[in-house]
Amino acid sequence: MNHVIDAFELLADPDAWGGPGGFGARTLEHLWYTALALLISAVIALPAGLVIGHTGRGRALAVISTGMVRALPTLGLITLAALFLGIGLTAPMIAFVVLAVPSIIAGAYAGVESVNPVTVDAAKAQGMSRWQVLTRVEIPLGLPLIIGGLRNAALQVVATATLAAYVGAGGLGRQLFLGLRTQDYAMMLAASIAVILLAIVLDASFEVTQRLLRRVPGLA
Amino acid sequence: MNKNMLAITGVALLAVTACGGGDDPLDTGGDTEADGEAGELVIGSQRYYSNTILAELYAQVLEQEGYEVQREFEIGQREVYIPELESGAIDVFPEYTGNLLDYLDGDNDAAEAETVHAELDQALPGDLEVLDYAEATDQDSYVVTADFAEEHDLSTVGDLADVEEDLRIASNSEFETRPYGIEGLAETYGVDLTLVPVEDSGGPLTLGALLDGEVEVANIYSADPAIEENDLVILEDTESLVLPQNVVPVVSSAVDDGARSALEEVQGLLTQEALLEINAYSQSSQASPADVAQWWLEEQGLNS
Repeated sequence: MNHVIDAFELLADPDAWGGPGGFGARTLEHLWYTALALLISAVIALPAGLVIGHTGRGRALAVISTGMVRALPTLGLITLAALFLGIGLTAPMIAFVVLAVPSIIAGAYAGVESVNPVTVDAAKAQGMSRWQVLTRVEIPLGLPLIIGGLRNAALQVVATATLAAYVGAGGLGRQLFLGLRTQDYAMMLAASIAVILLAIVLDASFEVTQRLLRRVPGLA
Repeated sequence: MNKNMLAITGVALLAVTACGGGDDPLDTGGDTEADGEAGELVIGSQRYYSNTILAELYAQVLEQEGYEVQREFEIGQREVYIPELESGAIDVFPEYTGNLLDYLDGDNDAAEAETVHAELDQALPGDLEVLDYAEATDQDSYVVTADFAEEHDLSTVGDLADVEEDLRIASNSEFETRPYGIEGLAETYGVDLTLVPVEDSGGPLTLGALLDGEVEVANIYSADPAIEENDLVILEDTESLVLPQNVVPVVSSAVDDGARSALEEVQGLLTQEALLEINAYSQSSQASPADVAQWWLEEQGLNS
């Protein structure tokens, strides 16, 4: 139990948070990696997921391939990518995107599919184009599930972003690896707790967003 | 990117995906036969391919001498296996002098291979002893490319102080705090390096960073065949900042004189070239530690 107490003492120490290698800077790096990975993944996965949900085509392929991708070990992927691309942020970023894309695709197509077909028919009957049906009916009504996909992805990436430090990038993984290698278990635990807190805060902010969206008229 | 590195990565990937098996590697040790004949000796090894080959070498040599041997290989860290050695559950373990001394006595001030070995014998608990150390070492070493060494006329670590550019070193993150790390280099040699942490312990990623020019210096173990394959230059550590890590077997009192002399015979043959040859063969052939050990013993004419 001493390690746990030491870890919290370390986190309560302002000196541990300052400086270019402190917890503060590393937490910001960690958040930045997560945000960047989410952004790239969303640009790739949202359009793909929406098209799959809207047309119903490629659904089986999406289910199988995203399931397979999810089974890839992230550390192995980072190591392999880093052997070709060198050390730094690129290799882990690829791995994080691979990690995040399946959840976002699944959320997007599930969101569109969840819309009552009667509502979609009604929209078509009113003369809406396919684009209008997608943007004005399916996306707004499916938004909770679409954001749910982003939420899952964010949680996975923020927890895995520690691995960026394995190949020379920063983030809270730096403290975690340093603690592990030097048997400084208080530091290792402190970094883990920081990651956990970050994940909780991130998840809570998605929860708040989802609740606020529910109050907007016209959204599900 | 050569085939060899890919092969290593493949192995690394397998290691990453394979979660630890359920059986406890320690639960069968300790039962030695009571009838006075050559009892069963339990040999352990670290979770490191080169160390497991050394353990296999010891095992095969002891078997040739008629000892019954039980292999308990790939036990993770010293925190786990040193207590097992103390309790007599393991009888023979291939170790490295400096790191073991650091583990047992963090305040030691030994620097030479000889004094490290002597202090180690003192520091070992209970009946444990170390036999003679081999010439072969497997230790942190500061490595640069041949081109870089030539360009800046480098042969010792101290020469780095004269290089007029910002220097980066790829190493595990522990390099930040270890005595031979960033601070030690600055204090002892006046060399200022920026650490680029790469957590594969001098493996293919560290090597790649050096060859790609992402760092100028890399910390790669002295027994890594990659040093020779890539024509790298080990900078001489003239001030003995890195503790010598000679290969040495730790033995319990259950290891009798016959077994000890068999082990010392192998130790005598373990030169730096021999260890490099063994590691290189292991990496290129991807053979099991048992096959690598058998191959090398045959090469030495030690196999019956």
